[in-house]
Order: sequence, then structure tokens, then C-alpha cells
Amino acid sequence: MINKNNFLWNAIKLGLLGGTIGIFFSLVGMIEVFSKRDVIENVITLGDFMLLATAAISGFIATRSQTNSKTITTNLVTGTLAGLTTGGLLALFVWVGSQINLRAVFLNASPVLFDLLTYKKGANGAWLLLEYGALAGLIGSLLFGLPEKTRKPLTNTILFLFGMALFSGLFRVVMINQEGGAAKLAKFLFGQTGLTLSGAFIFFIIVAAFTSLWSGQSKKIQGSYARLPKKGQITVRVILIAVLAFIAIALPQISGPFIAQVIVVVCLYAMMGLGLNITLGFAGLLDLGFVAFFAVGAYTVGLLTSYGPFGLEHISFWAAVPIAVLASMLFGAILGLPVLGVRGDYLAIATLGFGEIIRLLAGSDFLAKYFGGPQGIIGIQKPCLGTLEQFVKIDVPRVCDGLEFAGPKEIYYLALASAILIAFIAWRLQSSRLGRAWMAIREDEDVAEALGINLIQTKLLAYVLGAAFAGLGGAIFTVLVGSIFASSMQLNVSINVVAIIIVGGMGSIPGVILGAIALIGLPELLREVSEFRYLLYGITLIIMMLAKPEGLWPSQTILRELKHNEIMPDTESPNIKA
Amino acid sequence: MSTLTIDNIHTYYGNIHALRGISLKIEKGEIVTLIGGNGAGKTTTLRTISGLLKPREGNISLDGEDLLKYPAHEVVYKGVSMVPEGRGVFARLTVLENLEMGAFSRKSKEELNHNLEKMFTLFPRLKERRTQTAGTLSGGEQQMLATGRALMANPTVLLMDEPSMGLAPVLVELIFDIIKKINEDGTTILLVEQNALMALSIANRGYVLQTGEITLTDTAQNLKNNPMVQKAYLGME
Repeated sequence: MINKNNFLWNAIKLGLLGGTIGIFFSLVGMIEVFSKRDVIENVITLGDFMLLATAAISGFIATRSQTNSKTITTNLVTGTLAGLTTGGLLALFVWVGSQINLRAVFLNASPVLFDLLTYKKGANGAWLLLEYGALAGLIGSLLFGLPEKTRKPLTNTILFLFGMALFSGLFRVVMINQEGGAAKLAKFLFGQTGLTLSGAFIFFIIVAAFTSLWSGQSKKIQGSYARLPKKGQITVRVILIAVLAFIAIALPQISGPFIAQVIVVVCLYAMMGLGLNITLGFAGLLDLGFVAFFAVGAYTVGLLTSYGPFGLEHISFWAAVPIAVLASMLFGAILGLPVLGVRGDYLAIATLGFGEIIRLLAGSDFLAKYFGGPQGIIGIQKPCLGTLEQFVKIDVPRVCDGLEFAGPKEIYYLALASAILIAFIAWRLQSSRLGRAWMAIREDEDVAEALGINLIQTKLLAYVLGAAFAGLGGAIFTVLVGSIFASSMQLNVSINVVAIIIVGGMGSIPGVILGAIALIGLPELLREVSEFRYLLYGITLIIMMLAKPEGLWPSQTILRELKHNEIMPDTESPNIKA
Repeated sequence: MSTLTIDNIHTYYGNIHALRGISLKIEKGEIVTLIGGNGAGKTTTLRTISGLLKPREGNISLDGEDLLKYPAHEVVYKGVSMVPEGRGVFARLTVLENLEMGAFSRKSKEELNHNLEKMFTLFPRLKERRTQTAGTLSGGEQQMLATGRALMANPTVLLMDEPSMGLAPVLVELIFDIIKKINEDGTTILLVEQNALMALSIANRGYVLQTGEITLTDTAQNLKNNPMVQKAYLGME
């Protein structure tokens, strides 16, 4: 008879959960795709790592949640049992798969998958799964048993190794491009599809040493920084900024066009994120059609600079950008005016409609004469830093006798500079009088009005300034791609921007930038697993919202709310008069 | 000369005729209270004066200047501030930020700092708690904060909506002491209260409001002794 409060039963439950997750990953085809990538070459593939990590995590959680007794034996038994159950469920899955043809329903339940799961031993190899599962579970419970001081560096190191393995392809390409010593080092550290064994070993030693030495050091460094005289502090800051600036300037030359392009896209999303952060984060006005302003900025630059059939004028990018930003601001006001009195959920739906209208109009046959319809606008001029005439008006076909922003490596500078400018403006706005007015209407519109805040003006400014940021992003996007299609202005862009803000931290400028890196940059770098992009994206969002709902880098307001949210009782009233 | 004059105002919520021709006169330096049951139109009257609701008929003027031609956010600049019902503090902002918001209509930094000092002298408790978020304050402290925030705009007339709501009796007394003090410092006060006994004990005059109409007006002392008022609002037989 199983006692439901028994720790063994708890371990089995968590093991079954782990096993179900493992089977799910297998059936959607993730394990098969990930097995083509190595974490450590010839030792462990990404697919294996995922399954083992599932077993280890269920072992860890089972150990953590068991309350009966915290002796070492019960801990180890719990962990092993949970891992064993995970492995067992997978083994059962393999056995069932070998008896019945599951492929009629589950396309990915192929012999290839079962071979992978059992290390090519077929159904007989299912026992291996039990062994590995139990071992992983044991490791999980051992990890729990370790003191925090050892555990943290260890898990951090493992995570770091995992990250290095994921991005090893990128590092390898970049380093091999440098030739000479760097190329040799790259071949030593990184294999074709993951870390080499020696590379993994070296990274492990370095990172483990670093993380265990680092703990507690950051406070010391902060302390010694604070003790420096004012002049010294400024010097340290200047040096830090100079180093960062140097890295930022040199980066595209070292990394090549692919990484530069990823950074450009991150910058564009960060600009949109900072724009929406004004309307949503500062002023509390939800906008689900934010891509519309991006589209307005993009189409304005396209129409003004294209030498294709739809180009209206042939002015230079530099002259077109201010017009594009103004056009976006105008559309911000056009959206803002009718929805001034609309609040909350209704506002979300109204703005959603606005975004779709802009996209459908731009792509419609009705306006195809002007916007190219589904064919889009092509032949958009690249920006050129040349003579003064070229600064304003350009000839067709144009020659650039200066610096041409031809590809991602050059547009990188444009995007980065614009993103920094916008982040600076957003930061100044936040602490301005207008920023305080936004904060007040976000908290309570009626009270804000009663305090002397002009609701119409303040709300419209939030829409208009947010739109300006997105419009600038759209303008840069246009010259990056060289063409615009209405189909790139999809709803999911708007939703991505909202997700960036929520994951990064509503109302927090560094949070938005971090959110853009996490949600746009990382998936772009992991193009190979793009099939599962939205699955992983969804899982990340759910975990984020459960574990850290305030965002990666929450704003001061939210941080304070989390710190002390207990209400002061009135029972202290006798002191009030004091 | 009368400070705030409300002449025959009619306010509607859609088709509902909430205020049916209300006239009030509040002289400079007075505390005037508006008493009445639930749904009598007390809050509506205050919201109409502060411009958040626009009446279909009638006039509101302050020192002879028509207030109705200003939108709600400019009424503050004319010297009328409101402490809203249920306090309406910005729960996620700190006490200091709340007070600064109150001075939104005052642009000079010196005036702001001067007013802040004044509020901290009037409410020493808020000074202790100035870095704390307003949502973590007790009910009484929140009421002080809402009052302080309204005073930050240097009003000549302060509209207070149910300051005693949800407070322990000892705190109600404290809040009414503060109201008296604010009045002594030169601010005219229009006080809306369900706790009629407390309100009449500090007010100079009072109006009784019933289903959108003024049914009675007199000095506070006389109202307190009026048998009808005693029966309906003071719980005496």
C-alpha cells in the first residue's frame, strides 16, 4: 500500500513528470534534431544532455521537496528513485515503440529516435535508460546535498559549458577567420558541432576557478571603488566606457556580418521596445499594434529613397529619416486621438485593430499603385556619408564617394548609435516632468487629472514619442534589408515587443534592452533549432512568469513593491501624534 | 465676499439626474460640511466642483472667476484641490513621490521644497515614512498622505471626500484635528462626511443633501440640534 505522503511516492511522481517531459521532447522531434549537435564532441550530444538534465532536475527537485527526513541516505534514495522513474518511463516508451508502430500518430517516433535513445541497442538497450536515469537522478540529489558555496559555482559552470557548446559554432567561425594563433586555438577548443573534450576541460577549470574565487569579490570591488576619491571614480568610469566603446566599434570587424546583423536586429527591437516602454511601461497604455509605427517609418524611408518603381523622391537616407520619424509621430497621434477615452482591455483590442489596418492597407491591391501591394518596395538606397550634395539629394543611379552603409557590418554602427540615443532620450524622459505625469496616469487617471495633469496632452505625447522611436527603428530596418514588404509587418512583431518589455521588466530601460537580447538575439543566434523556436520561446515565457514575474531587470517601482509589500497596521496609532 | 459660489448646478451620469440644482456658498476661511446619506450626491458635487464632471446647467465661480470654463486639470491651478474618496494615493510610488505629484501644478523647485517642509511639519509621520511606498502605509497614514498631496498645490479651497472612511475612531479624531489645523492656517475647506457628528463639530456651517437636492442649511451648531438631522444622520431619537 502506497502512503501518499511517503517521500518515495513523491519521488516517483516527480520522476513520472520528468519522464513525460522527456517523451514529449522526443515526440516533437527535438531530441533527434538536438542529437546532431554535441555538447562535448564524441562524449555527449545536446539531445542526451537534455534527457539527462531532465532526469537530474527531477532528482534534484524530488530531493528538495521531500520533507520526511533530510538524512543523506533518504536524499540519495529519493533522487535516484526519481531519476530511475524518469528513465523507466522513457524505457517503457522505447519498449512500446518497438512493439507497436507509433508513427501512424507520432511522426517522430521513428526507429532513428529509438536508436538514439538506446544508443543503437534497440529495445534491449532500454535498460540503459534506466541506468542513466538513475545515475542522473543520483547526481541531482548529490548536487542538492552539496553546500551552497560549492553548488552555485558548479551549476554555473555546467550552465556556462552548455552555453559555450550551443554557441561554439559562432565562436569557431569568428576565431578561425582571424587565422594564426586564434584559428589554432579555435580548433583546439571547438569541434565541428560542439566543444572538444580538451576545450570542455579547459573551460571547466577556468570557469570553476573563476566563479569560486569571484563569490564575495564583487562586494569588495564595489567597496574599493567607493573608497576611491571622486577624481579616481571618474577615471575608472572613463576607462570602462572607453573599453566598452572600443569593443562596440571593433566588434563587427572581428565577428563578421552574421553577428553584426543579429546585433542590428536586437537594436531595432530594443528601439521598438523602448518606444512601447514609454506608452506601456511609463504611461500604462497597452498597444498591441505597435508594428504599425515601425511600418510607417519603414515605408516613408522606402518611398522617399527608392530608385525602384514606387520611389516618390530620390532624397538621401539622412534627409528621409527625420521625415519618417515625423510621419510615425503623426500616426501616433492619429492612433492616440480616437482611443483617448478607451482603457485597459478595450484599448488593447483597438490598437490591435490599428496595427492590422496599417499592414493590410500597405499590402492591399487597392493601394498597390502607391505602396507596391504584395510586391513591396524594392531598390532602397543605402545610406552614404559623402559630399554635402549627397547628404540631401541623390542621383539615380547613385555613386557614393564616401562611406557607404552597404551591409550589416556598416549599418551596425547606425543601429547601435540610434539605439543608444533612444535609450538616452528615454532615460531623460523618465525623470522629467512629463515622465512623472505618465507615471501618475499609469497609477490612477482620475487622481492624475485632479492633480493638474492634462490627460489628453500627456497620453498623446506617450503615443507620439513611442511611435517616433519605433519609426526610427523602421527606417533603419528598411536600409538594412533594402526592400519592404507588408508581410514583414506581422502581428507577431507587436507581440514580440510586448514580450520583450514583460520579460525585461516593465518600465525599466536596461530591462527592455536585456529583454531584446534574450528574446531576439539568442534565438537569432540559434538558427539551427529554429523549428522549435516558438516551443522554446513559450516554455521560457511560462518559466519566466512563474519564477521572475517582475522581469529580468525590474524597474525601481516594481522592485520596491516586491521588497516590502506588507501593510502597516493601524495599531501603531498611538505613535502617530509623536 | 464669498470665495466659492456654486449656483444651481445640474449634473448627470448619462440619463441619471444626479444633482438637481444645488447651490452652495463657501466664505473665505470657513469649514463647510455637506452631509447626506448614500447616493445623495455628495461625491458628485465635489467632482463637479473640481471639474472631473461637467454640469449641464449652473455656474461655479471662485472669487468671481468662472471655474466651469476650465478643464479639470486647470482647476487645480485656480486654487481648488481635492482629496479623493478612498484616498487615491499612488500605491506603488513612495510617500515623497506622491507628495511631489501633488505639486505638479507648481513648477518652481523652491516652492516645492518649501511645501514639502510644510507637509513634513504638519505630518511628521510622513517624514519618517518618506521613502516607503504609499501602498504599505496604514489607512490613517494614507489619508494624511492624500491630504498632504492635495495641499502641495497651495490650494485656497480644499475639497475633502470622506476623510474618516474606514479609519479607527482614534484616527478619525486625529484627522479632524488636522483638518481644523489646516483651516486655521488659512485654507477654506468643503468637507463631505458620512460621520455627520464629527463633521458638524468642526464645521462653521453645514448643508444637508438628499437625492441631489439641498434640503436644509444652517450653522453647524443649529444643525446639530435640529431634530430631523439628529434623527436621520446623528442616530439620535
